[in-house]
Amino acid sequence: MNEERMDALDSEAMISLRDLRVSYGEREILHGINFDVMRGETLVILGGSGSGKSTLLRTLVGLERPSSGQIWIKGKDIAAISHAEMDEIRRKIGMSFQGGALFGSMTVGENVALPLREHTKLEDSTIEIMLRLKLEQVGLAGFEYYMPSQLSGGMKKRAAVARALAMDPEILFFDEPSAGLDPIIAAGIDQLILELKRAFRMTIIVVTHELASAFLIADRMVLIDKGNIVAIGPTEEMRASIQPRVRQFLDRVAEPEVARELDYLQMLTEERGRRGTGAT
Amino acid sequence: MQVVSQIGESVTNSLAYVGSLASLGGRAAYYTFVAPFQGKPLRLQRAVSQAMDVGVRALPILSLITFFIGLILALQSAYELRKFGALNLVATAVAVSMTRELGPLITAIVVIGRSGSAFAAEIGTMKVTEEIDALETMAISPIHFLVTPKFLAMIVMLPCLTIWANSMGILGGALFGVAQADFTWARYIQASIDALFLRDITTGLIKSVMFGITITAVGCLEGLSTGAGAEQVGRSTTRAVVMSIFLVVVVDLVFTVLFFFVSGS
Repeated sequence: MNEERMDALDSEAMISLRDLRVSYGEREILHGINFDVMRGETLVILGGSGSGKSTLLRTLVGLERPSSGQIWIKGKDIAAISHAEMDEIRRKIGMSFQGGALFGSMTVGENVALPLREHTKLEDSTIEIMLRLKLEQVGLAGFEYYMPSQLSGGMKKRAAVARALAMDPEILFFDEPSAGLDPIIAAGIDQLILELKRAFRMTIIVVTHELASAFLIADRMVLIDKGNIVAIGPTEEMRASIQPRVRQFLDRVAEPEVARELDYLQMLTEERGRRGTGAT
Repeated sequence: MQVVSQIGESVTNSLAYVGSLASLGGRAAYYTFVAPFQGKPLRLQRAVSQAMDVGVRALPILSLITFFIGLILALQSAYELRKFGALNLVATAVAVSMTRELGPLITAIVVIGRSGSAFAAEIGTMKVTEEIDALETMAISPIHFLVTPKFLAMIVMLPCLTIWANSMGILGGALFGVAQADFTWARYIQASIDALFLRDITTGLIKSVMFGITITAVGCLEGLSTGAGAEQVGRSTTRAVVMSIFLVVVVDLVFTVLFFFVSGS
């Protein structure tokens, strides 16, 4: 494959969002989001707590249904497709959850092998080889017989990444990859993401509020606040941005969480109405 | 006016709840009975380990409880029968009420306490730790993966446990019969067998299958509708137990009425 061809491939949009709106009950969380994610790029979605960034991620992997708008993934609008078609797309995406979300009743190896056992007709011996390969990729070689509860926080995340990689996905999603980890372990996870990007030219979407990690891994960034995109652009452009809201976030300028008591009360009561949904 | 709207709301809520139970049950039934013929194999290994949990490990406590229930039944019926000098009818009374009613019901209640609550807690915890979401993003149906093996285990094990409970209850009655009513063990057992029609046993077993479906559906539905946070798991578990007991009694009533009119005509 020559360079030009590669460039052409890279400029193809893997994911396109068109006026995406998501609501929990009466409350709208995302107010019309538009952006594209190109093939092979790493996009970091930044935002504070309650900004809607996790909701955006959950919507992208089909865990929440948008109230309106379109989500084109690999040429299909996942807001409108059938369950079976969605499952088809899900086999091409991997997701690493905040806490790892490993199945506690299975060993690390069984966790990683699960998608392969479910979706392929591979021999057990082949699956065994593949799972060792995946564990090696994330630096967990030899840990296949451990239970998730025996692993440290960072190792759990790595195991979760190995599981997300099991089906050789084209798109990889990360929810807060460095949350709850000490800086050294978190840096290790950042390195892992960079390696995946280099080795497989995977399309990677990371949701985080860790600035250092975001600037290290991102090709482009999206800053989300209160369900709207504040800024989107290449990492360097963001770093140099003079937009007040961007600067405030990047320079970590403090702001009272809620301006008035009554607003907070209203927020709380709305929160109660959102029963059964996950974090923001 | 407000009362009417409140009644209306709670009626719609209950109907919606029963609707979600039916939908969950229907999907689990699809994965149990239809999907295996479409190339989606059953998780027999998981179902067997669930069956061990639901069934075999419940035997000691269930045996003890139903033995005592049988003994209590014998004492209570003897209290009345003694007045008519009909103590020899104790065997009949115990055998019929155990197999038709108390065997299935007590078994269901023990299983609710041991397994219905465990289902809700297990699935609820998985929901809180995003494991259910992880299954979905891996294109694995949580119903197929988690709920179906439990359904299968319950549908098979509850009737088995019920038969066991019936026998232990009759044995409990026999203790009274031998000690107080001039029976020998063999004669008491023979009298119990003579008193029973096959119909008594089968109606009890049909009920127990329905109880099994109810308990699994409620336990799993409560687990799956757990909100965010660990304290929600506790709430789901409690709700699962209370709702299961209530619905098992409702199902019991419906089927008892049904059997009454079917066998009466």
